[in-house]
Amino acid sequence: MTHQNQKSILDLVSYALLLLGAVLMVGPFLWMLSTSFKLPSDQFSKTLIPPTFTLDNFRELFSVNINFLLLFWNSAYISILITVGQLLTCAMAAFCFAVVKFKGRDTLFTALLLTLLIPPQVTLIPDFIIFKYLRLIGTSVPLWLPAFWGGAFGTFLLRQYFLTIPRDLVDAARVDGASLVQIFWKIYMPLGKPALAALAIFTFQGAWNDLLHPLVYMPSVPNTTLTVGLAFFQQQMTHGGKFTVLMAGALISILPLLIVFFFAQKQFIEGIALSGVKR
Amino acid sequence: MEYGLKPLGRERFWLWALLTPTFIGLIFGALGSVIATVVLSFAKWDLLTPPSWAGVSNYVELFKDEKILLSLTNTIKFTAMYVPGVVIISLFVAVLMNRRIRGVGLFRTAYFLPAVTSAVATALVWNMIYGRDTGILNFILERLGLQPVCWLCTENAMYAVVIVNIWGAIGEGMIIFLAGLTAIPREYYEAAEMDGASGFHQFFRITVPLVTPSIFFQTLISTINAFQAYDYIYMLTRRGQGDSSVPVVVFSIYRNAWNFFNYGGASAQAIELTVLVALLMAFYFWLERRYVVYE
Repeated sequence: MTHQNQKSILDLVSYALLLLGAVLMVGPFLWMLSTSFKLPSDQFSKTLIPPTFTLDNFRELFSVNINFLLLFWNSAYISILITVGQLLTCAMAAFCFAVVKFKGRDTLFTALLLTLLIPPQVTLIPDFIIFKYLRLIGTSVPLWLPAFWGGAFGTFLLRQYFLTIPRDLVDAARVDGASLVQIFWKIYMPLGKPALAALAIFTFQGAWNDLLHPLVYMPSVPNTTLTVGLAFFQQQMTHGGKFTVLMAGALISILPLLIVFFFAQKQFIEGIALSGVKR
Repeated sequence: MEYGLKPLGRERFWLWALLTPTFIGLIFGALGSVIATVVLSFAKWDLLTPPSWAGVSNYVELFKDEKILLSLTNTIKFTAMYVPGVVIISLFVAVLMNRRIRGVGLFRTAYFLPAVTSAVATALVWNMIYGRDTGILNFILERLGLQPVCWLCTENAMYAVVIVNIWGAIGEGMIIFLAGLTAIPREYYEAAEMDGASGFHQFFRITVPLVTPSIFFQTLISTINAFQAYDYIYMLTRRGQGDSSVPVVVFSIYRNAWNFFNYGGASAQAIELTVLVALLMAFYFWLERRYVVYE
């Protein structure tokens, strides 16, 4: 067998394997899409193309008795608040750690990185108790407020990127009489856009998909997030219900992230590489 | 890092202003929470009646209570299957994609899809796939002339849940490995080719040693994720009274605290989880010093 032949056979095998894998990865999404357009009476039909095509599931989803719109709105504003809080406070700290020279900088940074080792469950119990005493359980405050006191992951990610911004810019700005805050706001924030975009996507994704925290802080339907709402509807299914409507809900709930993903795939993927490779 | 911008005069104030949120997070969010959880783990408190000291009884329970012990074994079993599964499969996928074949971009999007979308939403479909009487998987099995399987029953639920969790994690692992693979200089393979090394040899003698940093990183992240795994387990194995057919530690903590109002016991479990993760991390870093190749 010639070398060229061997290579093309290997290519073919790679294709076949990747294709098989891709079907397994995308299949559940196609099933979700298909079921959400099926009639409830066809909910368990085993065809990918709906026997009868209908939009009723979506209509039912947004009808008054489910109040899907409220869930969607809650998820949206909470995720946006969390993202804004993280971007702002992590960038502030990352700038100090990457650019400014001050006493105790490295100790502080190490302490911050150590917090990555604390599982969320450890903070969840005391946080819950405090928020309970503040009578904030059932509101969205416990979900977004902690996003405004920084975080190790975001600060680390942004600091790594800020370190790559040329120092000459800072020196030049200093000569022109720029202050610390101006250097942060006028140089590092605009130039840090790629890393900020990556962090924004991660944070938004994490907040939008979070189940554990809303389950603890906003546990009752309808005033909760999409994830808790969907989990609740699933539970109701044991008393009979329409899987078609459930799938329509699942589809709508993943739509915002799918849209972000298709437009910002590069940031998504580079962000992961950024957090993974440059340790 | 000797160079650094020196704050002048009043800028000192602004420096600390910029750092204030992080300080609050460190003192209250991190340090305060850890101390509070440790203190709580020695107490009995349902948040309705006044708390009382429990001594080490919550910790004794960790080793005596069968449910808690079961949750620990479940977490360990889950991790033992999930971590190698994610690392091996995503490395394999990344190697295939790194072969510079056409349409890789499309494949990458497809494989990454589950990593983008919420586990809650996709778990709803997996529930339909795994269904005993109406599920797609059993439909396929029956078509192939095989016996249907009760995927989410106690005896199989662990495997079913591990599979879905791996499915959801391959996308991210693949990206980490692709980044590591593209960093390997092509010349190494060309030189190996000249010496007549087979593809098999090239993979184990060049690729694997040079991606050990990525393997290390991915193993670390996957282990942390395995200990935190909650969403799919909650969505696929939940039963009546907040129970689960695969109760892992994280699930058990939630149940203890928010279904049984046993905040002290749940805190002790949270501490147990932390210690376990810390020990594993220490072990990994010990392995890193011995086996990971940095150029």
